[in-house]
Amino acid sequence: MVLNDIEKLLEKYENGETSLKEEQELKNYFSQETVEPHLEIYKPMFAYFLVNQQEQFTKHVPLNTKKVFDYKWISVAAVAVLMLGIYLKSTINNDLGTIQDPEIAFNEVSKSLEMISRTFNKGTSTLGYLEEYNKGASTLEYLNEIEKGTSIIFKKNQ
Amino acid sequence: MTQKEFLNIVMPFKDKVFRLAKRLLISTEEAEDATQEVLMKLWNNKEKIEDYKNVEAFSMTMTKNFCFDKLKSKQSQNLKIVHSNYEDNNTSLQKQVELNDSVHWVSRIIEELPEQQRMVIQLRDIEEYDLDEIANMLDMNNTAVRANLSRARKTIREKLTNTHSYGIK
Repeated sequence: MVLNDIEKLLEKYENGETSLKEEQELKNYFSQETVEPHLEIYKPMFAYFLVNQQEQFTKHVPLNTKKVFDYKWISVAAVAVLMLGIYLKSTINNDLGTIQDPEIAFNEVSKSLEMISRTFNKGTSTLGYLEEYNKGASTLEYLNEIEKGTSIIFKKNQ
Repeated sequence: MTQKEFLNIVMPFKDKVFRLAKRLLISTEEAEDATQEVLMKLWNNKEKIEDYKNVEAFSMTMTKNFCFDKLKSKQSQNLKIVHSNYEDNNTSLQKQVELNDSVHWVSRIIEELPEQQRMVIQLRDIEEYDLDEIANMLDMNNTAVRANLSRARKTIREKLTNTHSYGIK
């Protein structure tokens, strides 16, 4: 490149008016082995820019995804437990020992009714002593007679 | 958005984020932390990433703001870090740069520039962004970017000339 152009570019460069393309030309020119002696001072500047373009970031960045606890799964679990509970309960309640055959059912019913009456009779027989009580109460009837007698006496006095 | 999709978006400019952070914070370790922080923030907001018009420009702005916050908090802690004598023994790149002493001078000179000019130089001469893009990233107008750029370039050239002539004398 013509020296004159470089000098013009440098002036533009210092005023911040060069385009990126023109700056690239300057960088190319100053990366040569030999440049004009009076432009020698620019060389380290452009060399520095070029070297610094290559510096890299090598540190590892840990990209952890935050574990957000999802509360909606708790409700899902709760519903599941509830359903399981209802299911188990209904299966237990269904088995009431219902007898399908009417004849066996009749026998069973009479058997259990018989048992009820037997135990009922046993209960009433123990209540037999209440009759003794009635007997005692009837012997106390003579007290009425006494009262009658006394009432007659009191009437006479009056 | 999966991790892979995210990396595809972020990969092309993560080095640029790092270099801008380093330009502002000087120290490589701090720049690495800042880059990590910026990328993590992007990752955590990955749902919104599709809404951004320009993720790269957005990230650069984020980096700038993050680094400014860091620098401010450092000042408020009364811990004055003198950047110009910070010794970075980490990268082989630095050694490579130091092989050429005058190239090392350039980095010293840039470190002494005001933050605005440093950023503009970084984004223009190293990352080669458009002036409008830089204006967008730094919340400045086009003319201000140009003025900062021009001032920074002139300062670098003047200081280089000075050190150069001192070297001869």
